[in-house]
Amino acid sequence: MDDKLVIKGIGFQSRLWVGTGKYKDFTETKNAIEASGSDVVTVAVRRVNIIDRKSENLLDYIDPNKYKILPNTAGCYTVEDALRYSRLAREAGISDLIKLEVIGDEKTLFPDTCGLLKATEILAKEGFIVLPYTNDDPVMAKRLEDAGAAAVMPLGAPIGSGLGLRNPYNIKIILETVKLPVIVDAGVGTASDAAIAMELGCDAVLINTGIAGAKDPVSMAAAMKHAVFAGRLAYKAGRIPKKLYATASSPIEGML
Amino acid sequence: MRLTINGKLCNAKKVETVTELLNDLKIEPNRVAVEVNLSIVKKDAYSTFRLNEGDKVEIVNFVGGG
Repeated sequence: MDDKLVIKGIGFQSRLWVGTGKYKDFTETKNAIEASGSDVVTVAVRRVNIIDRKSENLLDYIDPNKYKILPNTAGCYTVEDALRYSRLAREAGISDLIKLEVIGDEKTLFPDTCGLLKATEILAKEGFIVLPYTNDDPVMAKRLEDAGAAAVMPLGAPIGSGLGLRNPYNIKIILETVKLPVIVDAGVGTASDAAIAMELGCDAVLINTGIAGAKDPVSMAAAMKHAVFAGRLAYKAGRIPKKLYATASSPIEGML
Repeated sequence: MRLTINGKLCNAKKVETVTELLNDLKIEPNRVAVEVNLSIVKKDAYSTFRLNEGDKVEIVNFVGGG
């Protein structure tokens, strides 16, 4: 069954995308990513440590020929910063992919969607493949689509919160509102959260803390892989409608 | 030569170009992006882009993130 996710001509093997932050060390990062079966990893753009040149580099462990590197603009609170980081990311990397974040609030890390829309428009015009991290807001998702986003990445819950999908109904409406791929980004705390996102019909799920923060990140990565696969299969299979009352599975005919 | 590199004022030895600076800092050029005075320097211009006294240089790479 060919069920590949394609965004702007780029084919993705895996519908589970993983972050590389918060791991104990690069070996754990590598092992967890391998266990997740993912071929997409997010990274952040930061200053090189010019004092300690012996410090290891993430890309020594994550081979860019094997994985699609998806840089983010995490930590950017203004359009100008998000543009600057995006352009640096493109120069440091090898592709036009950018996971665009314009953060609006330190406590919740909710996106500043006004800034996000503006930055999306500018970067799309510059040829970036823009994947904006946005709210679970169908109207904003449509606006981002119109501004040239290549996919939308609504949050399930605040980044790192592990609260799961707080508003699955909005995610469902986003799926009906935009023609773009919808990737749930943030909030997935355990395997069932990932399965729920996929059962709704989302195209992929991006997880960082849900894996990296688990007691055993490598096992959780494998759990997420199975959950995303199961959720996708269930979505494609078409679930039964929910009903209030019972319908017997065994026949009445032939009873004594 | 006084340069501000990644926010720190440095008394680097005299370097003419971005390539020389990266060599001096032992930084692999393929995995970084370089900005001088807020403008990105393209990789193919590293060997020709001249650095001047007082330039503000940013050198970034990819780190773990979500």
